[in-house]
Amino acid sequence: MLNQFFHEPIALGLAQAAAVTLLSLGVMFLARYQNIRLEREILVALARGFLQVVAVGSVLVFVLQGPWALGLLVLLIMLVAAAFTAKRRVTTIPQALTVALLGIGVGAGTVILSMTWLGVIDPALTSLIPVGSMIIANAMNTCTLALERFRAEVESHTGLIEAGLALGADPRAIVRPYVQAAVQASMIPRIDSLRSLGIVWIPGLMAGMILSGTDPVYAAIYQFVIIAMIFATSGITALVSVLAVRGRIFTPAEQLILRP
Amino acid sequence: MTAAHADPLGQAQPDGSGRPASSDHAVKIRTQHLSRVVKGVAIVDDVSVDVFHQEVMAVVGPSGAGKTSFLRLINRLDEPTRGTVYLDGVDYRTIPPRELRRRVGMVMQFPYLFPGTVADNIRFAPRQRGEEIRDEEIDRLLAQVDLPGYRERDVSQLSGGEAQRVSLARTLANSPEVLLLDEPTSALDDKAKASVEALIVRIIREQKLTCLIVTHDNAQALRMANRAMVMEKGRLVAVGPVQEVLGAESVLP
Ligand SMILES: Nc1ncnc2c1ncn2[C@@H]1O[C@H](COP(=O)(O)OP(=O)(O)OP(=O)(O)O)[C@@H](O)[C@H]1O
Ligand SMILES: [Mg+2]
Repeated sequence: MLNQFFHEPIALGLAQAAAVTLLSLGVMFLARYQNIRLEREILVALARGFLQVVAVGSVLVFVLQGPWALGLLVLLIMLVAAAFTAKRRVTTIPQALTVALLGIGVGAGTVILSMTWLGVIDPALTSLIPVGSMIIANAMNTCTLALERFRAEVESHTGLIEAGLALGADPRAIVRPYVQAAVQASMIPRIDSLRSLGIVWIPGLMAGMILSGTDPVYAAIYQFVIIAMIFATSGITALVSVLAVRGRIFTPAEQLILRP
Repeated sequence: MTAAHADPLGQAQPDGSGRPASSDHAVKIRTQHLSRVVKGVAIVDDVSVDVFHQEVMAVVGPSGAGKTSFLRLINRLDEPTRGTVYLDGVDYRTIPPRELRRRVGMVMQFPYLFPGTVADNIRFAPRQRGEEIRDEEIDRLLAQVDLPGYRERDVSQLSGGEAQRVSLARTLANSPEVLLLDEPTSALDDKAKASVEALIVRIIREQKLTCLIVTHDNAQALRMANRAMVMEKGRLVAVGPVQEVLGAESVLP
């Protein structure tokens, strides 16, 4: 319907954005009817999301024409931003920024660099940047999930941990069960997304490729490749993040720092 | 016991500090200006006290006085913000923490047992040093705490008193020199209390341990300890022979 009136892509995009905004506002009024008062948050989130994504799109117009190294620079900036975001979510964890940088950096870095080198990720910026940012975003989520779970496990077992310390145990051995729990918990969403791929959901990238005219079978295989890369990234990120934080919740004299 | 250690009370100086005049070698634990300030509050405030070899020192005082915090500092579970502790005359900051905690065992007020069997809990600490403790040894430790035949019991099925005794046996598996006990009988009824108390006294004697025991119960302190130290608001307000200190206490309004 809209495409009958708008032929210019940006005008069409704006019209489509206006339509979904109306839809969201409708949801907001429905919520209000149920006394769920989220107007402010919803309006701010809508406006902010729109401006951010348009800003990124505009920057991409220039970046995508740039040299290969520019892509790496963009990804590096995203990586640092991801680490800061993760850090803000796990404030009580000591040296959270270092831990997040390590986890996200090693996890996303290894996968992006090795897969680009192999040719699994096309080094063309039109592919490297969106795929890379997807990997980084997932590394960030895994990192937060893993650290959050580890924090919760440790905080709910301080008595047991200190009993172990008081017996002269190695702090790393005492928290081993919590390391396992945290890594497992943060991997479960990735395992689920691999398992349900194509059945429960057709992921965004595949949908996008099909929309832009790629052969659906290739789009499907490539979507599997992406999810598998995200899976690998999550595994490395979770392990590195939790192992990095493990040593930091104790002082050099092996006293537990992290407390509720 | 050698003659020098037979009666630590007899060596006490007339100032009531309970410190010996010259036999420094008999001091097992010396805290020196031991303090811990958390968020501007001194929870342990300049506590200097000597505990003699093979002595039982009761740590008494009102709730919140800093007794638990004091024991945690001696085990170095918390770091002193000022002062230090000497173990056999050696500044404990020079001793690797794990070795220190093996030698100065702490039994917490609440027995946090590791999930698994009683034996798993007793094997835990020696295994940390790569030592495997034999089943006969586990049985011997369990007999010591009056839990014969409990080796393969699951810890989730123990009563409070049994758990407390497993917690004690688990610490004893480390062959400690000093035992820090934080209200070991506070969760027990009178009958269990009397039996745990008796077995603690027996173990301390048999293994020639030096012991600091936190208690709310003056009668228990009188039964178990040679000397007592009274804490209030983090400070040491009295120390001396248990009859004198707690006798004087009970006269106060
Ligand atoms: N980690 C901590 N941070 C801040 N304050 C603390 C901390 N640990 C203990 N305290 C405070 O220090 C004081 C002494 O606590 P502590 O547990 O040592 O007392 P206690 O003499 O063992 O008391 P009780 O007889 O009730 O066991 C209390 O006021 C307590 O709230
Ligand atoms: Mg206490």
